[in-house]
Amino acid sequence: MTFYAFMGALEQGFAYGFLVLGVYLTFRVLDFPDLTVDGSLPLGAAVSAVAISSGVDPWVSLLLALGAGFLAGMVTGILNTKFGILHLLASILTMIALYSINLRVMGAPNVTLLGKPTVLDPLLNAGLGPFAAAPLLFGVLSCLGLLGLFWLLHTAYGLAIQATGANRQMITSQGVNADHVIIFTVGLSNGLAALSGALLCQSQGAADVNMGIGTIVAGLASVIVGETLFGCRSVGRALLAALLGSAVYRLAIALALSLKLGSFSFTPSDLNLLTALLVVGALILPQLRRKVLWR
Amino acid sequence: MIGISGLSKYFHRGSVNEVLALGGIDLQVRRGDFITVVGSNGAGKSTLLNCLAGSYPIDGGRIVIDDCDVTSWPEHRRARLISRVFQDPLKGTCGSLSIEQNLALAARRGRPHGLGLGVRRRDRDAFRRQLAQLGLGLEERLKDQVGLLSGGQRQALTLLMSTLVRPQILLLDEHTAALDPKTALQVLELTEKMVAELHLTALMVTHNMRQALQLGNRLIMLHGGRVILDISGEEKDRMTVEGLLQRFYAVRGETFDSDRMLLV
Repeated sequence: MTFYAFMGALEQGFAYGFLVLGVYLTFRVLDFPDLTVDGSLPLGAAVSAVAISSGVDPWVSLLLALGAGFLAGMVTGILNTKFGILHLLASILTMIALYSINLRVMGAPNVTLLGKPTVLDPLLNAGLGPFAAAPLLFGVLSCLGLLGLFWLLHTAYGLAIQATGANRQMITSQGVNADHVIIFTVGLSNGLAALSGALLCQSQGAADVNMGIGTIVAGLASVIVGETLFGCRSVGRALLAALLGSAVYRLAIALALSLKLGSFSFTPSDLNLLTALLVVGALILPQLRRKVLWR
Repeated sequence: MIGISGLSKYFHRGSVNEVLALGGIDLQVRRGDFITVVGSNGAGKSTLLNCLAGSYPIDGGRIVIDDCDVTSWPEHRRARLISRVFQDPLKGTCGSLSIEQNLALAARRGRPHGLGLGVRRRDRDAFRRQLAQLGLGLEERLKDQVGLLSGGQRQALTLLMSTLVRPQILLLDEHTAALDPKTALQVLELTEKMVAELHLTALMVTHNMRQALQLGNRLIMLHGGRVILDISGEEKDRMTVEGLLQRFYAVRGETFDSDRMLLV
């Protein structure tokens, strides 16, 4: 793997970091398998790209993306809690609806940001190469996101979020409206996914309506790889594991793509297979470890 | 202070499987009443508690607590006035949170769970003091996950949590049934102590007739979704297990020999 491929993988890993933190929040903390992110990640990209194109500050466009993703997630939460639609189905419905909405937002299948300002500009102007600026900025931002979630999950409301996922009867008996907690948390998770989408479109220079395909699988893969490698004994540890898992996942993909065995090499079209194998491997590894220890 | 009037509840209403679970319950609970609730399986004991707590929507009647009509209140809103301990020790606590985090949630029952720190330092001292009352050594294990505790410890913790904010009414749904006899006795003694010290109003469902007669100041017997016996004070003190069974079988129109062992 070249140095550039390595930095590129880190950039992707940290840009997807917010998404992975969001997936951890729904999938692990709330026990709510949420596929909405396949639609909310490109929604964030679309909102950010369109906002920047029409002269909005790139940082403000991040906030707009966050808000748009939050609303999308709330829709899933409301479908699930207020109308009793199964969480998986509710999220799929929002996801496919978002495909059309994303096309409406952009007015075209994609929007390019060539020559437009991005959040990376200050670092690039300071003389950092693009291969260093993006991983650095996204790394710092996703660490801030991690600290923010760590704080949130330790507030009284955060404890209620954790308890809602683990024991709904208990938290209801403590006077908390579990429906509201679910709507807020799924909203937050999708806001984070949209933030990832916005960062990605600013570093890639374009938003594309198809950039969300497979987002949830990548997010789950990162969470599971992270848990397997770094553990999840406490909330802080699990959050850190999710973020590092995102970086490791992108590095593993980059490594696989740079692999050459004789005349055989992987192509980007093999990525889905590689991702599936990686997740299966991460799920099996703890079991194998246990079996070996039993002997 | 708690008025239940004409409370009715069907399961699977409108289908061929329709079951009348509660057929117009009328019950006035006075402040400080400690009522034990007995009855055979399917009599409606747990349904009554679940309807009071708001877990089940009801099909008719009114529930008034402290002059406040709570009939249309959702479960989480009623939690301001009502706290409960379940039969299943896993239900009342959150296994993936620590002891202090569970207590912190319970200490805010009925108040908003805001963005302040969940467990503050000054809370810890109070929690330690309160846990020490249980006599289980839990005060040294504030940061342990509740999932690590035994069923009896979890049930004692649930009991403490249900009284951290004083409830207008405490609902106990066979809360010692899943415990071994010795632990069950400990939890029961703890229940008695807490109800007495805090002057709580409580409803306790039990299958154990002797227990039902020993505890509390009032006893009601349910059958087929109706109150068929309501005794208190001296009348309850004079009542025996035999007497209860006789009343029970009289209502069912059966002789009381066949399966009496099941009830004792």
